[in-house]
Amino acid sequence: MSEEAAVHVPMEIEDLGTEPITLNVGPQHPSTHGVFRMKLQLQGETIVSLEPILGYLHRCQEKLAEGRNYLQSIPYTDRLDYVCSMTNNHPYVMAVEKLAGIEVPRRAECIRVVMDELTRLLNHALFVGFLLNDMGAWLTPVQYALREREKILDLFEMASGSRMMCNYMRFGGVAHDLPEEFMPLLTKVVEEFPAFVDEYERMLTTNEVLLARCKNVGILPPDRAVAYGVTGPVLRASTVAYDVRKVERYSLYGELDFYVPVGTIGDVYDRYLVRVYEMRQSVRILEQVMKLLAETQPGDIQSKVPKTVKPPAGDAYARIESPKGELGFYLVSDGSEKPYRWRVRAPSFVNLTPLEEMCRGHKVADVIVIFGSIDVTMAEVDR
Amino acid sequence: MAGAELEGLRARMEKALPQGALQEVQADGAMQIRPNALLRAGQFLRDQEGFDYLSNVTGVDWIEQGQFEVVYHLYAMRRGERIVLGKDPDGPLGPVVLKVRVPRGDPAVPSVVPIWPSALWQEREVYDLMGIRFDGHPDLKRIYLWDEFEDHPLRKDYSPEEVQGE
Amino acid sequence: MSQPEQEITPEQLELERRGILLTTVEGLYNWGRRSSVWPMMFGLACCAFEMMATGAPRFDLGRFGAEFFRASPRQADLMIVCGTVSKKMAPMVVRLYNQMPEPRYVIAMGACAVSGGPFRDGYAVVQGVDRYIPVDVYIPGCPPRPESLIYGIMTLQRQIDQQHLKGVPWYGKGGDTRERPIPQYGPHDLVLPEEG
Repeated sequence: MSEEAAVHVPMEIEDLGTEPITLNVGPQHPSTHGVFRMKLQLQGETIVSLEPILGYLHRCQEKLAEGRNYLQSIPYTDRLDYVCSMTNNHPYVMAVEKLAGIEVPRRAECIRVVMDELTRLLNHALFVGFLLNDMGAWLTPVQYALREREKILDLFEMASGSRMMCNYMRFGGVAHDLPEEFMPLLTKVVEEFPAFVDEYERMLTTNEVLLARCKNVGILPPDRAVAYGVTGPVLRASTVAYDVRKVERYSLYGELDFYVPVGTIGDVYDRYLVRVYEMRQSVRILEQVMKLLAETQPGDIQSKVPKTVKPPAGDAYARIESPKGELGFYLVSDGSEKPYRWRVRAPSFVNLTPLEEMCRGHKVADVIVIFGSIDVTMAEVDR
Repeated sequence: MAGAELEGLRARMEKALPQGALQEVQADGAMQIRPNALLRAGQFLRDQEGFDYLSNVTGVDWIEQGQFEVVYHLYAMRRGERIVLGKDPDGPLGPVVLKVRVPRGDPAVPSVVPIWPSALWQEREVYDLMGIRFDGHPDLKRIYLWDEFEDHPLRKDYSPEEVQGE
Repeated sequence: MSQPEQEITPEQLELERRGILLTTVEGLYNWGRRSSVWPMMFGLACCAFEMMATGAPRFDLGRFGAEFFRASPRQADLMIVCGTVSKKMAPMVVRLYNQMPEPRYVIAMGACAVSGGPFRDGYAVVQGVDRYIPVDVYIPGCPPRPESLIYGIMTLQRQIDQQHLKGVPWYGKGGDTRERPIPQYGPHDLVLPEEG
């Protein structure tokens, strides 16, 4: 092939009459991370406008929780962000503890942090897998992530009895103490996980296809990110170093030593890198908490709490840094055993708001990648 | 928020807002604002006080008192970032809780989307499930339920058994 | 070949030793269908993750011929309804079912697809997907373990084995291949259109 043939010659298309078209993506689509529908207005292949349509997984959780007492609503929290069920329990029990003034023993706090960080590892590994799926690598990276997920689910099953919907945290602590086999297996997982992240990085971080499809795609400027209320890795990729663990210092996070990775321009590649580095920081946190856990006495995992919790009238808002962003619960109590108002501040819901702004001017294929990079779970968006 | 910081904020807000706009300050620091002063209060809190992050918009149905309430939770994100970077935050971090009450008969609250775009979908959700109108919202329509749906399910007087049967 | 009712006679055994297998057309036909049931990607909610975990290395649905998830309903044999069917999604579920070509099967995986599950009392939840489409296998659980899903697929395979060519809906006069009516959005609830 001659040198001239390799040069790109733009086509003149002024005499071709084109019209904008409306393309409907979803709700059933291989890459929509759940049931999500988008109406795209396209000029050629470029997005002119995007209208997200939600609600295909609206399960009325807020109304159902008003008819149940506080303890009975803990399983509903599991099913909010079903990938990370342990972290969903955490802000809810924190909110009730705030309302009712319940203290948590140290061992329970250690266990809660262990579960939170294991969930973060699980979520970020799956995120990388699904991002690659959105780019067309089909399900191969997901299989790697699911392999690691199984090891972590073994730990969850050991502690709580269930792989996914753990229903593990309680007001004032956790439900069961860790069995003897937990710590050796946790040590093994924590020792082997960095090798898995290395494997992922070796295959992906300098991968030509990933760089071509992710660099400078879906940029969210930092002031827009703050205005839209975006939190979590998406915010940090947009150069704003806000992490609820460092700001609120809830549970044990005030005593732990870890970095918060921050991106450089806020594109899809930054969101991928931030999550990979967060996985490494989570391993670091786990190593520290395992030492703290070894110093506590087994058995003291829940403070004395009445069987039916009746918090005094008032309201409370508790938030944590879940793997997707800031997950918060706002509870209004009227003094009875059932909540008067049970509200979930879901990170995926708010993080999805700037989707149109991020996608305008990009191609259809980029929309799927940008949507995947926000890392949403539709059950949390639709509740 | 700590007591002293809250007192300072309350005093500054009273000076900045028109007379009587700040109706009540509750024991836990939540501030009840008149609906027509909500936008002024929001502008003041974002621009003068640095509360640039609207975390949560909730609608509450106080059916016994015949009122709807909208609760806003605000935080200072740029100041919180200073903590993560190891510097002194130089001001309160939040939460600042604003509450607005409107009568149940014709609930309408000014929309804070021009101040904090993070309320774009959260206000749509409150409209969909509670039926509170947000005046000035760029695109107020249902978000979770289909457009032909007529009820507002999260209201206390809505019962699925009565409306839908079984 | 799975023909549980018949025993292998000594003559058949002798033929098998020489590399000749005897079966019926029906046995061969059903064996081909049951060993390569291709599911459609229809993960709605939490159960979708257990479905993916079943396809993952540890549980490996590929052993049963079912690891190839098709995105398009036109190319799929099986619709595994994993997760809660909300009322807004129900018309899409029925539309996708109608688009699947015969022979088609439906597995209702998880408590939500079977009966509405923990969200049964919700105003926007369909109490079981079998209100709108016929279901072949029900798998209870919240979420069911991957082993349960594998057992469900094996149950479906046994059902396929027992289907006789004479009575199947896509050949001959028997059976029910009509399109299921698509529910419409009403002012308070979903509304099924009038029949006929």
